[in-house]
Amino acid sequence: MILLETTKLTRAYGGVVAVSEVDFQVREGLITGLIGPNGAGKTTLFNNMTGLDTPTSGKVHFNGIDITNHSAHKICRMGIARTFQNIRLFKELSVLENVMVGLHFTTGKSPVTGRIGAAFHSYLRAREEYELMHEQAMKWLNFFHLEAFADELAKNLPYGHQRELEIARALATSPTILFLDEPAAGMNPFETDSLMKTIRRIRDLDITVVLIEHDMKLVMNICDTITVLNYGQNIAQGTPAEIRHNPKVIEAYLGKEEA
Amino acid sequence: MLNFILLILIYTGIYALMAIGQNLITGYVGLLSLTQAGFFAIGSYVTAILSVTYGIDFWVTIPLAAIVAGFFGLVIGLPTLRLKGDYLAIATLGFGEIVRNILNNWDKVTNGPMGIQRIPMISVFGVRVSPYEKWGFLVLVWLFVLVGYLLFERLAKSRIGRALEAIREDEIAASSMGINTTRYKVWAFVFGAAIAGVAGSLQAEFILSVTPGAFTFMVSIMVLCMVVLGGMGNFKAVILGAFLIQFISYFPQLVGLSNVIPPQFKQILFGLILVIMMIWRPQGILGRQKRIAPGSFFRKGGRS
Repeated sequence: MILLETTKLTRAYGGVVAVSEVDFQVREGLITGLIGPNGAGKTTLFNNMTGLDTPTSGKVHFNGIDITNHSAHKICRMGIARTFQNIRLFKELSVLENVMVGLHFTTGKSPVTGRIGAAFHSYLRAREEYELMHEQAMKWLNFFHLEAFADELAKNLPYGHQRELEIARALATSPTILFLDEPAAGMNPFETDSLMKTIRRIRDLDITVVLIEHDMKLVMNICDTITVLNYGQNIAQGTPAEIRHNPKVIEAYLGKEEA
Repeated sequence: MLNFILLILIYTGIYALMAIGQNLITGYVGLLSLTQAGFFAIGSYVTAILSVTYGIDFWVTIPLAAIVAGFFGLVIGLPTLRLKGDYLAIATLGFGEIVRNILNNWDKVTNGPMGIQRIPMISVFGVRVSPYEKWGFLVLVWLFVLVGYLLFERLAKSRIGRALEAIREDEIAASSMGINTTRYKVWAFVFGAAIAGVAGSLQAEFILSVTPGAFTFMVSIMVLCMVVLGGMGNFKAVILGAFLIQFISYFPQLVGLSNVIPPQFKQILFGLILVIMMIWRPQGILGRQKRIAPGSFFRKGGRS
């Protein structure tokens, strides 16, 4: 079943067309890879699907609902979470609190006074809510074996853990789809290996994963289906084996062979 | 002498209310707003006009002052809060000046540069709280500070405070975590404006008159100084900051040197304080407060 789909999505910045009429599908339960040379428009496509950017033309549908012009927070609340290419943690907040921000919108809303009114509940009730959030947040930290760092400031974590924390934070929003923008960037082979296992574990939680990645070993190993972008256009899609032998893809990465 | 110290403490209280509002906006959400003087003025004039022209009791005008100031916070927050950093500072600075100019020129309602005099004094259960008997007024002002502090501290320590801090740290990431950043920014602005309105109302009752000249840009700068000096993101610290700044501004009079040291001297001093703090202690005297689980009064720890 197709969970998320773009139809003829185009994003132009003035005369520069970053993404041009791209049809991209995400199937439920699969790990989808999005690859392509630098500047191919992968992140732009991600931003347009997650509400951080609005397409010039074309549509984005999620579960059959048109989310093209939805704002980022609304899209997140519908079940689409993401991480960023250049890690965007809340640096001055603790590791635990970073995850708790991810839990923000799923918890603690009073039906009468809304979330701001709920801030003035009795201490007892506030405490109860806090314990509940704390428990859920710790669950996600445990998932990444980060529980020992819970009270550290996020900025003090080693790089690899920062990437994991960003994923934990995204998972805390209980998404149906998780977008990962270059999760293995800057990781050593050992860390990449453990990331691969983590992504599989996330899929086992019935979360559909979409990832942009340059690390071909990772992409070819864990993706069920791969879409290739070049110069903003969708040039190929298929299984890793198909993509590996697709002449258009080889050309995009290595250039055309002289006749 | 004692009277003069009490006067400083009363002003400290009034400015502490404004600084608490500024702290929510600047310390938590990280918005550099320079418009507390505008909301302060609005609060003052609401109380002055309602009580002098319409004879309405102070206790009715003070919530109205908060509501009107909050409403203006909403009105200017909605268009300007999409701006960031220095752009927001300039836009909000403009608002403060607009307010002052309107007060200066809308003769029919505000009586222009003459201002409004003979504001009736506050009475609590028939007992008059006169600004001439400073002890009573001091207690009244600091009761407002206490309530304001408790409300804002509670808000900032709650999940809302966490969301606000997330917006300060990274607005894009916060919105991608399902936080409606625009709504929270505007709400913070409204709360900050409302408490400045309350401060204005108290100021009107203390001076018993209002004039546009009292609400210059310098007031906003002073409030910002209080927050930076005490420590952004820490409500106790900004109250300390309010005291220190007030103490410094009245120091020449306090030691009887006001004929030697010109009043402009304090402006130089404020500038100097800001520069020194930014270089050696950017987190302020007390630094940011760590958020702890609600209800745990005794597990407090500073974070610097």
